[in-house]
Amino acid sequence: MLETLFFYAFAALALLGAILTVTLRNAVHCAISLIASLAGVAGLFLLQRAEFLFAVQIVLYIGGIMVLFLFVIMLVNLDAAARERQYHRQWIAGALSVVGTGLIFAYFLTRGAESLKLNEPVPAGPRNSEAVQMLADSLFREYLVPFEVASLLLLIAIVGSVVMAKKRI
Amino acid sequence: MSSTLAQILSQPWFIPLVVGVLILALAPLAVAGTVLLERKVLADMQARLGPMRVGPQGLLQTIADAVKMLLKEDIIPEDANKFMFRTAPIISFFTAATCLTVVPFTGVFKVTDVNVGLLVISAMSSVGILGIILGGWASNSHYALLGSLRSAAQLVSYEVALGLALMCGVMSAGTLSMTGIVNAQMERGVWFAFDNFGLMFVPMMVYFISSVAETNRAPFDLPEAESELVAGYHTEYSGFRWGCYMLAEYVNMFSVGSVLITLFWGGWLRPFPNVTWLDAPLNYGVPIVVFLATAALCLYLSRKQPIQGYAIGLVGVAVLFLVMAGLFAWPAFNAPAAPLFWFFLKLFIIMYLFIWFRGTFPRYRYDQLMNIGWKIMIPTALGAIFVNALVGIARG
Repeated sequence: MLETLFFYAFAALALLGAILTVTLRNAVHCAISLIASLAGVAGLFLLQRAEFLFAVQIVLYIGGIMVLFLFVIMLVNLDAAARERQYHRQWIAGALSVVGTGLIFAYFLTRGAESLKLNEPVPAGPRNSEAVQMLADSLFREYLVPFEVASLLLLIAIVGSVVMAKKRI
Repeated sequence: MSSTLAQILSQPWFIPLVVGVLILALAPLAVAGTVLLERKVLADMQARLGPMRVGPQGLLQTIADAVKMLLKEDIIPEDANKFMFRTAPIISFFTAATCLTVVPFTGVFKVTDVNVGLLVISAMSSVGILGIILGGWASNSHYALLGSLRSAAQLVSYEVALGLALMCGVMSAGTLSMTGIVNAQMERGVWFAFDNFGLMFVPMMVYFISSVAETNRAPFDLPEAESELVAGYHTEYSGFRWGCYMLAEYVNMFSVGSVLITLFWGGWLRPFPNVTWLDAPLNYGVPIVVFLATAALCLYLSRKQPIQGYAIGLVGVAVLFLVMAGLFAWPAFNAPAAPLFWFFLKLFIIMYLFIWFRGTFPRYRYDQLMNIGWKIMIPTALGAIFVNALVGIARG
């Protein structure tokens, strides 16, 4: 009962935040709505007993990425951006893409209906301390090469941004 | 009647609820005490007396300050972003208080033991940055905005070193749960600061220095450098909203201190937790000596008070300390209270060190601050992880 209540609260937070992110005019308010949305998702992770994902979601997205976002937004002059028209008013193109995406989703959801079981209790998974270990095992044993390749990709992005930002290194 | 009481006492939510309420109720008082301690210790280091007028030896000064703060007019700047201006201090205090909920004060006296307790603390402290950034931005003031940007840059850079230093402790303990970490130190029979042949002392120092920067304390208090930025991100705040920021800052000091203690200094364990014959002298002797000495000091000072009321008040405080000493001699009280005593004694020492730093080190320049963070702290922490991992594997 309480869990359902929390689920709806977090889900509403995530959805409301997402909607406000695209509709509000002030960029800082948008960023804060995005934070609320991410926090709602973190809460949903917690309800699924994925404490590790919950903490990582908050550390990375809210504490890392969103702080940097806000950092940049505050340094930019926002007054001009806030006065500008926010949408291109292309209703037809927008409606077409929404309907198209909806159709694709509907098709795949009906195709995979048997693997999608709603309203099922959370299976009693491994205890969470073990879950963290299992995650580490699969990341650093089974999927070590993809993991390292991904980190290499990030490193290249960092080096590239430094090279592009600085004229003289 | 007594059976219902026993039923309530045995509920699983009883201790968490009581501890949670105690944290919320006592944290502001503890902050008031720490502020008074800070003013007194700094005064002593500068050969002054510090606050002396309100209460015996100025003991009630911070209480009076708190009352003054609550009664002040609440000012919101005309052009400020009203909603964010109101919300930002709440974020700061909320995240700071949430950190304390996963700290195990003793094995029993704690709100909860999350399996990823350490991660929750670093998550909450990284959300706390938002309170500072948004507060500085919402004030619509150059000083506040620059202060908050500095603060955010500082916190983001030192959080890396902080997290890397935590990794070493987690590697030694093999768990992220705060209670599990203390239990691991109990099993190993050594505080992690001295583990791995003393090599763990390096990450401990990295964590300690980074945590000073993380709480915006001197010598890393650039966000609030008075000579440059007036008061940093809370320049425009007054009254209780400013009080929220100040409470959050000190509660953050408590929580980083608690993590330091839990991870490296044995949490609620007494020194040499595995040596059984030291049980009586340490668990009984040290608290009783500490409380008796404080009581004696109060009695000595009570003879020097200018007003008779102050003298009586100080004697009352001395009697309280004597009662505490007596309680610690009582085994039924000592068994649960001694771990709590050790935890708070360690926390007190850490707080004293924080104040000592503020009294002795000059403030760093901004580029020096960044150099220390990125060029010294992070490489040292990475090296410490590497060496400690190798030593840990070699030891098995």
